[in-house]
Amino acid sequence: MNDSRNPMPASRTADPRNLPASGHAQIGVSVPNVTVRGPEVPRTIEALDPVFTVSGLSVFYGDYEAVRGVDMTIGNREITAMIGPSGCGKSTVLRCFNRMNDLIPGARAAGKILYHDEDLYGDHVDPIEVRRRIGMVFQKPNPFPKSIYDNIAYGPRVNGMKGKMDDIVEEALTKAALWDEVKDKIKQNALSLSGGQQQRLCIARAIAVKPDVILMDEPCSALDPIATTKIEDLMQELSRDYTIVIVTHNMQQAARVSDRTAFFTAEVDAEGVRHGRLVEFDETSRIFTNPSDKRTEDYITGRFG
Amino acid sequence: MSAQHRTTASGASRSLARSRPRYGEVIVKVVLMAAALVSVATTVGIVFALLEPTIEFFGEISLGEFFGSTTWGPLFKPPAFGVWPIIVATLEITLIAIVVAVPLGLATAIYLSEYATPRVRKIFKPVLEVLAGVPTVVFGFFALTFVTPLLRDVFPFLELEAKNGLSAGLLVGVMIIPIVASLSEDSMAAVPNGLREGSYALGASKMLTSVRVVVPAAFSGIVAAIILAISRAAGETMIVAIAGGFKSVFTLYPGDEMATMAAFIAQAGSGDAPVGTIAYKTIFAVGSLLFIMTFAMNYVSARMVQKYREVYD
Repeated sequence: MNDSRNPMPASRTADPRNLPASGHAQIGVSVPNVTVRGPEVPRTIEALDPVFTVSGLSVFYGDYEAVRGVDMTIGNREITAMIGPSGCGKSTVLRCFNRMNDLIPGARAAGKILYHDEDLYGDHVDPIEVRRRIGMVFQKPNPFPKSIYDNIAYGPRVNGMKGKMDDIVEEALTKAALWDEVKDKIKQNALSLSGGQQQRLCIARAIAVKPDVILMDEPCSALDPIATTKIEDLMQELSRDYTIVIVTHNMQQAARVSDRTAFFTAEVDAEGVRHGRLVEFDETSRIFTNPSDKRTEDYITGRFG
Repeated sequence: MSAQHRTTASGASRSLARSRPRYGEVIVKVVLMAAALVSVATTVGIVFALLEPTIEFFGEISLGEFFGSTTWGPLFKPPAFGVWPIIVATLEITLIAIVVAVPLGLATAIYLSEYATPRVRKIFKPVLEVLAGVPTVVFGFFALTFVTPLLRDVFPFLELEAKNGLSAGLLVGVMIIPIVASLSEDSMAAVPNGLREGSYALGASKMLTSVRVVVPAAFSGIVAAIILAISRAAGETMIVAIAGGFKSVFTLYPGDEMATMAAFIAQAGSGDAPVGTIAYKTIFAVGSLLFIMTFAMNYVSARMVQKYREVYD
């Protein structure tokens, strides 16, 4: 039963790019350097080849601390899923990875996120350069009201990328498994596509600027099951070349596609204020079969959230 | 059995028919419809009021003379009815106004919608709308007594006349900035935030996002704003009458004194053209022409908005 629920990580583990089969033995349990309420310390694992190393991350909107004390690592060319109930701060954390939160007045991040070895929130860091390397796909498909071609070409153009634009567009659409469906109507308005096609177009658009990481904020929540399957297959394909972080409300989706899963929840502190917290971060197979935290178990078995 | 059950449950024999007539509802509907009819009736009334004297006018003056000559002077002796001088003056002043208002209005709209903090926007927008409320006679005197002398001092080589199309056009432009800015800003603010985020997420700067995503997405609203502003500029009377003058000699040079169609109507209408004379009928002919021109622009604008409207759900 566990295997049928969670076939993907098992098959991916066999891939030599991923952790060796004895992965568990090599995974260190990090001890977070922040004070954590309650007796348990979140069990978190460290990726061997981290793209992001998050330590003591708290995110504030004005005075409100939306997320408190997150420690996690995002492994290179892995799919990391972030799950949890609404309002647990998973999207907020995701939006820190490409500094999208900078666009919200009053939003501020404390703690540290290392991107490779560089402090993502360092003074010298240009958020625009960050977003060029770390792409994002949003909850609702948001193609620009332009042609399919111009949607893809937009990113390369604003970034002054060299190369023949037709080739860049075709390559991005091919990688996003959309080329065959749209190659005859490439000059048509992107809004004429179906929702699922629009979302793959948005993924193609993100790929076109040749990013290192793709962040996905509930990319399938506005799509039907068939379109969802297509996007999930696409994510598997893309994870050969890209590091992917996905926020999802759909636990089965996290189980199907991801290598590691972070479970977030909202906690009420002594003053009665809600904060998003990371409860547990582990290999997906372990989160879904043998979670170490009771709250994770309750959530994945549907007793909470 | 079940029918019986239902009857008992809903109380023996209470009918579903209305228990008493709702007169209030009928009265409200009639009052609201009457209110809506007033504006429609006014428009229809204007058209008919214009139509009769216009038809009479063209009974005396041929279309060929009206559109085939460049000498205008219906109030002179002998009168001349070549309408081109006042059409050209209207178009020139409108063009100057648009050249002023579109860049400034759009820049204002982009600033307010994309760059300004909510606090700045809250202060700025009402001020802008106050500008829209300034009586145009004030703009007219400002053009005549301040802008024209200033332009003459700074650019003596322009050889501006005391009344001229340039100053009038500039101030008509200032007058319509709020229309362009406010309506464009409304339409940019209606662009879904997801589009901006999509652009930022691709590494676009704020400037590129504004110019390449927000403005094109708000294009239909911006076009509508500009065309509405053009209609207002073409029909503007007070500024052009005061600062542009009444001399209706065919000229393409905006430094000359020039009478627009609206200025002519104001001049002839405020004078003593006796009812029934040809001078009197000319007012209506010119009025019809102006009405057709602005109506055509509004129609084109409505079609453009329809064609380019992006549907966001």
